[in-house]
Amino acid sequence: MEKNMLHVSVSPHIRAGETTQSVMRDVCIALIPPLGFGVYWFGLSALMVIAVSAATCVLTEWLYQKLMGLPITVTDGSALVTGLILAMNLPSTVPFWFPLIGGVFAILVVKQLFGGLGQNFMNPALAARCFLLLSFSARMTAFPVLDGISTATPMAELKNGGLVDVKALFLGQHSGCIGEVSILALLIGAAYLILRRTIDLRISLTYLASTMGWIFLFGLLGAPVEMNLSFFAAHLFGGGLVAGAFFMATDYVTAPITPAGRYIYGVLLGLLTALFRILGPSAEGVSYAIIIGNTLVPLIERFTVPKPFGKQKARAEK
Amino acid sequence: MRTVTFHRGIHPQTNKARTASCPIRKISCGTLAIYPLAGGMGAPAEPVVAKGDSVKVGQMLAQAKGFFSLPVYSGVSGTVKAVEYRPGHNGLNTMCVVVENDGQDTMAETWDEPRDPASMTPEEIRAAIQKAGIAGMGGAGFPMHVKLTPPEGSKIDYVILNGAECEPYLTADARLMVERPEDIVQGLEILLLLFPEAEGVIAVEDNKPEAIAALNRAVEGKNRMRVQPLKTKYPQGGERMLIHAVTGRDVDSSRLPAHVGCVVSNVASTAAVGDAVLYGKPVIERVMTVSGDGIERPDNLLVPVGTQFKDVIAACGGAKETTKKYISGGPMMGTAVFDLEVPVMRTSSGLLAFTEDPVAKHAPSPCIRCGKCVAACPEGLLPQQLAVAATHMDYARFAELHGMECILCGSCAYVCPAYRPLTQCMMDGRQAVREKRHIPAKERKEG
Repeated sequence: MEKNMLHVSVSPHIRAGETTQSVMRDVCIALIPPLGFGVYWFGLSALMVIAVSAATCVLTEWLYQKLMGLPITVTDGSALVTGLILAMNLPSTVPFWFPLIGGVFAILVVKQLFGGLGQNFMNPALAARCFLLLSFSARMTAFPVLDGISTATPMAELKNGGLVDVKALFLGQHSGCIGEVSILALLIGAAYLILRRTIDLRISLTYLASTMGWIFLFGLLGAPVEMNLSFFAAHLFGGGLVAGAFFMATDYVTAPITPAGRYIYGVLLGLLTALFRILGPSAEGVSYAIIIGNTLVPLIERFTVPKPFGKQKARAEK
Repeated sequence: MRTVTFHRGIHPQTNKARTASCPIRKISCGTLAIYPLAGGMGAPAEPVVAKGDSVKVGQMLAQAKGFFSLPVYSGVSGTVKAVEYRPGHNGLNTMCVVVENDGQDTMAETWDEPRDPASMTPEEIRAAIQKAGIAGMGGAGFPMHVKLTPPEGSKIDYVILNGAECEPYLTADARLMVERPEDIVQGLEILLLLFPEAEGVIAVEDNKPEAIAALNRAVEGKNRMRVQPLKTKYPQGGERMLIHAVTGRDVDSSRLPAHVGCVVSNVASTAAVGDAVLYGKPVIERVMTVSGDGIERPDNLLVPVGTQFKDVIAACGGAKETTKKYISGGPMMGTAVFDLEVPVMRTSSGLLAFTEDPVAKHAPSPCIRCGKCVAACPEGLLPQQLAVAATHMDYARFAELHGMECILCGSCAYVCPAYRPLTQCMMDGRQAVREKRHIPAKERKEG
């Protein structure tokens, strides 16, 4: 080079400065409160699950890319996020090889084999969770026994016609998966994501409202729904609904990008969740609802291409 | 007063503080003045001078060829050194008249006597504007007289002056509005003569309170005109966004502003209208902002058109050794130049020098479908899907997804966390559709 050559590129020449890495970092930060509460509440075994899950996901991605001669992209943080979300969805009582298998399945099968970051058609962590749930359903629903508190999850209680203490539910004083028990901690994390403009509330709020709406509708139609506030509060705060609505349904890759599509997606997830919870055989349905919803995203996007600026009125005036 | 705006859009750092209070400073041209003949939208102008001719300030160098073409005038006095191909801002060679500046600034004598616009017919006013070679000075460079000639039968009820200056760093229009509001108002009065039923609206982003105050003083007591503050947001100065903000009416690619009763003109172009109509003075100079962290003394300059970028930079104390990128225009829609020999044109609103290139900082990574581009797009498009269609060369899909509505504002690429070249894909897709590559070859009719 004779002299310093100038840079030339197509406009725009400035950038907002946000990167994939910074987005993933924000998600990891937002996961600290719910996972931290999980460790506090369930003990060190929860920390073990989180550590194994995160490490497995990152290592699987690194190893796969190394072996396949692909650019190593583990530093973008997406594998770490998958690991943390998977751990969030596991009970603390699972043996260490559960997160190990789950992590490999999430990253290798669901993410990398479909083309890596941005190409997976399902949320990898939830797909892995469902894989584990189907393979080892007994161990996956063996929630930890806590002092003086029923081992059954609030959702199982409800299913069996029991009563649930909504305040304890909100604070997370009950059994369940590591990251889903404390609604308070989840909302703190979600508030951070909202402040950082990382997640789209249209998805989360539509999902929450739609779940309640469908359960109500099923109740009107004669399904086993108790028409009182505490039943609905228990469904709102119990199980993985809040965690799912803010941390999993909003997963960029597997949610629609069209504005109308995001509402439809939220309504659809609510319908599936309500169906599984009220009419299905199991107590919980968030994970299944989301991964089924994921598979319908291309279809939703196909039918929700927005009208561009000026198009609508142009026709009306002509 | 209430501010108005449009939906979506972005909020880049404006970075205008370094030059916002620098008064416009007149500089003179360097040893060479270069006049590209292509300007406006039409055919390049036809040279009326030859090598060796001596020319004066304000003398015509090339005449317009057709309605969309603009004549070219000399901003210096001296000798025509060559009529030859030279690289333009975008790197493509274009025919230019090169004048060697004698530094005397000898004025051409052919200028008209001052005229009273009120006694002129609309045709005479338009002809005077066309003869002066006024192009949209906001950057797009659409010939002014064409804008002022709406299709037969259209009823114009708004003449909107674009003083948004939504591009970061640029303060040229802002300074013009602060220092010469009466010139802008005079130009607007002439435009309103062409459209007797129209209201004149000078629209300015609310981050320029000084300009709004100065214009408010200038329009006081004038009929049929007002100043409209706009919310500071990019791309507020886009023609469609501006019309929407001011009138609530919407234009898409199938229609002209005139179809919804609007004529839009940049404030700097409007200021040039007064000189053109009253004195027959052609456009031979313009105000531009020279800024960016690579410039030693950022400033707003009144520069003779044709001045080479290197001379403009020298007038601002030079550029830092470490400058990586020079941009002609604003950072959102401007052109990165690879050569500082290129000249200031009628459309050059800014010259920016940067020691950091944020575009080169990160390689594009896979799209994570975050949808931030969708939230940013002022046209309500799906940049992510358009980019996929363009990359797959599926131009039929690109057209189906309304890709031709894209105004290339760059908002999508600006927000993209994966640093994907979205705007570049839009340019590619639009070009392909314009060349009818989206239609299968056998069904394509040439022409």
